[in-house]
Amino acid sequence: MRCGFCLPACPTFKETGVEAESPRGRISLMKAAVDGLMEPNVMFEEQMNHCLGCRACEPACPADVKYGQLIEQAREAVELHTTQHRWWVKGVRKAVFKQLFPHQHRMRLLGAAMNVYKKSGVQTLIRKTNAVGMFSSQLASMERILPDASGKGIVEIMGTRVAAKGEKHGTVGMFRGCLMDVMFTETNRKTVELLSEAGFDVVIPEAQNCCGALHAHSGEKEQAKELAKHNIRAFQEAGVDFIVSNAGGCGAILVEYDHLLHEEPEWHDQAIWFAKRVKDISTILAEKGRPLQYAALPQDQGTARVTYQDSCHLRNVMKGGQAPRQLLQQAAGGAYVEMKDAGSCCGSAGIYNMTQPEMSNQILEHKMENVNAAGVRYVVTSNPGCHLQMKLGIEKHGCSGQMEALHIADFLYDRLVR
Amino acid sequence: MDSNVKHLLRGIVGDAYFKDDAQSLVTHSYDGTPMLQSLPDGVIYPRNTAEVSAIMKVLHEHRIPLVSRGSGTNLCGGTVPVHGGVVMVMHRMNAIVEVDTQNLTATVQPGIITKQFIEHIEGLGLFYPPDPSSMAISTIGGNIAECSGGLRGLKYGTTKDYVLGLECVLADGQILRTGGKLMKDVAGYDLTKLLIGSEGTLAVITEATLKLIPPPKAKKTMLAMYTDIYGAARTVSSIIENRIIPATLEIMDNPTIRVVDDFAKLGLPLDMAAILLIEQDGEPEMVERDIAKISGICREEQAARISIAETPEEALKLLTARRSAFTALARLRPTTILEDATVPRSKIAEMVLEINRIAEKHNVQICTFGHAGDGNLHPTATTDARDLEEVHRVEAAFEDIFEAAIRLGGTITGEHGVGMVKAPYLEWKVGGPGIQVMEAIKEAFDPHNLLNPGKMFAKESRRRVVIERG
Repeated sequence: MRCGFCLPACPTFKETGVEAESPRGRISLMKAAVDGLMEPNVMFEEQMNHCLGCRACEPACPADVKYGQLIEQAREAVELHTTQHRWWVKGVRKAVFKQLFPHQHRMRLLGAAMNVYKKSGVQTLIRKTNAVGMFSSQLASMERILPDASGKGIVEIMGTRVAAKGEKHGTVGMFRGCLMDVMFTETNRKTVELLSEAGFDVVIPEAQNCCGALHAHSGEKEQAKELAKHNIRAFQEAGVDFIVSNAGGCGAILVEYDHLLHEEPEWHDQAIWFAKRVKDISTILAEKGRPLQYAALPQDQGTARVTYQDSCHLRNVMKGGQAPRQLLQQAAGGAYVEMKDAGSCCGSAGIYNMTQPEMSNQILEHKMENVNAAGVRYVVTSNPGCHLQMKLGIEKHGCSGQMEALHIADFLYDRLVR
Repeated sequence: MDSNVKHLLRGIVGDAYFKDDAQSLVTHSYDGTPMLQSLPDGVIYPRNTAEVSAIMKVLHEHRIPLVSRGSGTNLCGGTVPVHGGVVMVMHRMNAIVEVDTQNLTATVQPGIITKQFIEHIEGLGLFYPPDPSSMAISTIGGNIAECSGGLRGLKYGTTKDYVLGLECVLADGQILRTGGKLMKDVAGYDLTKLLIGSEGTLAVITEATLKLIPPPKAKKTMLAMYTDIYGAARTVSSIIENRIIPATLEIMDNPTIRVVDDFAKLGLPLDMAAILLIEQDGEPEMVERDIAKISGICREEQAARISIAETPEEALKLLTARRSAFTALARLRPTTILEDATVPRSKIAEMVLEINRIAEKHNVQICTFGHAGDGNLHPTATTDARDLEEVHRVEAAFEDIFEAAIRLGGTITGEHGVGMVKAPYLEWKVGGPGIQVMEAIKEAFDPHNLLNPGKMFAKESRRRVVIERG
């Protein structure tokens, strides 16, 4: 099927208008490589890497083509055969994918190091001397929006169990994530508090690990599978009704663990057990537990307007685009405004904004046009990558004083009436 | 194609806009038609008419074929570069040059996306009725080249009824202008109409002046559901016979209802053999009266249920879901082959029975949906291209379907065009003299056969099969 209905949904096609930069084009390239019609050369690799993986093409596809699976296979094949990566790229990839993400305590060390960096005055020094800017302007921009990282994760702060407040509605397992846990520890804490307020006993299994999303999307599928098995075990032992994620990117691979492990029959039942329990924080608050009460938004000169930037993976893969809007309307009332094209990718896309800064920035610029047109005080997000990207956009547009990017858990928790 | 020609082409558009790398060639080797693929030698993205003219001069001098295209959504193989050469993508020429609110016309470049154009026009309180199902991505230029139809063809006509004038570039690079903002114009042959639906075989369209009309004041959408597809088809003929022309009158059979609902999650009646999607627009009182009359006719023809969309959003969802029918049928089998045999409106019921009979005869799965109100059905075979024997059976079935359509006073294609796919059957419809005149016209416009060669005219026509009746 090559009807082209996916083309208008694709951010890279929207930016370039070039067929090769569309899902239909990329699939035709994959097929041409398989059929031997063309060599999977460097340009092929680049095109596969140019895809954001936002999967907006999937809900747009009446034929139900599983683009996400196709692009992962293509990237895995590229990763196995590439001659493009130079030795140091391979080194960095190995360090990040194998030595860092899968080890929670190392992530926390990184968080602690970032904290020291920010608080010790090194940051000020680096900024004054523009030391980072000498390497890459993208890195320099990213450096400016570093959140307050922490060496302590959520378990170190709250322990592994937090009891439900009031009547109990069930037990949920909190998926703490690796980046979320050290870079947005407060968001994780507020997520747990919201769940407890809504009547859930919250368990945070200490044995859990990185979700594997970045690995799977970058062609490191075997590593992703190992991480998946590890997590399934950890949450099965915890005996939970639901598994709650507050990062769209993590949630999307968690709900697809059954697909990730589909070639391993001995994991079939456990993977399905896990996948069907995964819910995003917004979805579980909107659909289960006790409805929460929120305080009205202060109307400071009529600028206290709120908009929502979708997490692509929450919207397109977890099909959870409605719940955040429903909650924001409850919490912000008439101050909620839908911005134009809220559902299209912000350009963060995992590590895409580091690996493809040019396209990422172009997409972000168009996104900021829509954010600015909405005239809002808060841009609410559902994923750490989108959160940082929107911070970056706000910083680049010099709006830091008037505008703020927030994770939905932070926004809701701060308005909670207890 | 030698490097000198490439050098000349790069000189016209700049290095960035002429490509001959493997990736560009592969991604311009196909269109929406299944099972067809052929690599071009280069891909070019012109910015304006002057560039198109300069490109054509180079190609003409070196006798290199050209296929012009928009988004490549067509279903007749119309933009597959079977003879190689250069593919010209019109996406960069996507401006709305002018909206003339005094004359109610719009002048556009060919690369603008149809839906974007329609949204812009509707924002100005005006109406451009042609609405091909692919309008979210198809271009106006492509719509004109293929003379696209859509869901509103029944009452409002198709693309040809809304093109007043064209600017185009001929095979030798000369620029031709036809028509204008005129509602009446009989100065010579109607070259505008001749170019519409000429499938890129006569000239490259570079600008179009389109007719706009005032939008209807009110609109109502309803569904009529049937346990018997013949009853649904009979209703279509009966509505027309009762002198009611709805804005939209679409039919979907059971497998189509199922796949569309699987995609759009609308809660369509999965137990029904067929549904009719009917929309009427116009003055509020007339809309009410017509919808009431149509409901009566549906009941007389044994509709099991009738429901009227309560909100404009619900109506829009139904129409959008219907637009996805062809693509959604791909959920059933790996390959989906759609045709668009068309019959006079009074023959719809007979044609539906014929299609079912032919499907059974050849043992193929054919789902039927389409613009029943204008007689334009889309019998769609769901098959598997890897099973050659089955594909042959599908081809035989379609041959029978074209035969039946012509026998009932219809045609081999209502809105998709001839392209490569229908070329062997064109003579069935237009006859020997028809082919001769058309070939002479082609010769007059494009003596060296450079513009979209291999389309419309087949090397030889399919032998007419005699159907045994009874």
